[in-house]
Amino acid sequence: MRLAREIRKKPGVSEMAALMGTPANHEILYQAGLTEDSLDAGPNDLVLAVEADSGALALEAIEDAKVILTQARAAGGEASDFSPSSLAGALAAAPDSNLAMISVPGAYAAKEAMDALRGGLHVFLFSDNVSVDDEVALKREAIDRDLLLMGPDCGTAYIGGVGLGFTNVVKPGRVGCIAASGTGLQAVASQLDALGEGISHGIGVGGRDLSAEVGGLMTLHSLDFLADDPDTEVVVLISKPPDADVLPEIESALKNFDKPHVVCFLGAENPDWAETLEDAGHAAAAILKGESYQPENFFAQAGLRERIASLKPGDALHGAGVLGLFSGGTLAHESRLILEDLLGDVSWNEETGRHRILDLGDDRYTVGKPHPMIDPESRADMLAASAADEHVGVVLFDLMLGRGSSPDPAGPLARAIKEAGGKGRRPVFVASVVGTADDPQGLDAQVGILEDAGVVVLPSNAQAARFAAALVKPELLGVG
Amino acid sequence: MKDLGRKPLRVVNVGLEIFADELKNQSVAVTQVRWRPPAGGKPHLLEILEKLEELDK
Repeated sequence: MRLAREIRKKPGVSEMAALMGTPANHEILYQAGLTEDSLDAGPNDLVLAVEADSGALALEAIEDAKVILTQARAAGGEASDFSPSSLAGALAAAPDSNLAMISVPGAYAAKEAMDALRGGLHVFLFSDNVSVDDEVALKREAIDRDLLLMGPDCGTAYIGGVGLGFTNVVKPGRVGCIAASGTGLQAVASQLDALGEGISHGIGVGGRDLSAEVGGLMTLHSLDFLADDPDTEVVVLISKPPDADVLPEIESALKNFDKPHVVCFLGAENPDWAETLEDAGHAAAAILKGESYQPENFFAQAGLRERIASLKPGDALHGAGVLGLFSGGTLAHESRLILEDLLGDVSWNEETGRHRILDLGDDRYTVGKPHPMIDPESRADMLAASAADEHVGVVLFDLMLGRGSSPDPAGPLARAIKEAGGKGRRPVFVASVVGTADDPQGLDAQVGILEDAGVVVLPSNAQAARFAAALVKPELLGVG
Repeated sequence: MKDLGRKPLRVVNVGLEIFADELKNQSVAVTQVRWRPPAGGKPHLLEILEKLEELDK
């Protein structure tokens, strides 16, 4: 995806997308206005779509892209490892395989996943655009075979200390997680790591598992697995609230679950459940230490008023807007819930509204572009642009570290923020970083880069959202 | 499923090679599949292939 980034830097080129010519991608490109209605490209073709000031500039950009692609292929050379052309071939070559990771386009993913299950493999299904009918069929097949089907759209999992997909480097430990989302699991796993605890297994069940259609099939199956797992002492459930028809079944399963557990259904109102990802991590760690956990009142903490006053004296930001630019979908969702509770209406993935949250990992922002966790550049451009928006008083964002993420996600964002600062007026930038000391990027190093650029870095996503709210609504301070 | 986490993971990766690389960095054995859309990605051919596969079973 360096390709798209390089081409977008060219003068007169505003957008560049590079994707496989699958029917789904044809539709995406058409919806994005990047193609006419007929496109003569098949799934074996790479489509390069460019938006430029003129046809000549666009053609020039395409020629440059071809050169970059040819160079990349030459540099890649021949693969030294044996690489079969099918799943069946892989199983013949390595019959002791026990897990398949599948990340092919959605239209083909269900068949590959079913073949893997029938071959006796657990499946980590990263692909999205898998139909709900296929999801149900796959999960039933998995349960019949006593296998895990993680996903679809599963970004993160831990199995026996191994991180699958986008994972933070955490210690193996005693907490088993069942999570609908990748970044929610990453946040809780990293929080536990900071508290000295580790993960036994982290099972991603996909964002639709607790819907009425899927009925919590894999959540319930995973609970059975963790109940029998000798390494797991405490279980954490992380998801949006289950469908009303599914909730009783989950509650009943939890009632009969004989290990201590923490439920974090973001947005659900139940005093026995953790309200935030941070609370979920703390609550699980407290159980293991034999302690009780009571969340602190963020707004009543000592020194907060002074810290806020030092950033923006007086009421300079009173009534200004908060703009959230997120790479983690669950972190975006959690921030939205917190800000709505504290500030009122918050728009979601829209260009209008005083307070706005953009989930930049959403399909609409990633057409032909890498996810912002992989390539921070497009978010850096948005951070810079936000400084010029007079309605934005606070820019709130997350940073995801770990395997699979950009090697330096803070760098480009910090540069953009510093450049924005040179142009006079600037909002307050507030962030949180999901990561651990052992992540390839290094938690302290990345926090340091942001702080050097003047970003206020809070210890959790929830605290960052509350801090942002207090900046634009100082009357929250000291309130219970 | 009881074996999961007890036996070492041995992974078949169908798709993005970055996932295989990250597993290799954790000393996990991975077989990378050189995946191409089946039947050249042509939906009607794919349908015929799937029917033939069903007949085989």
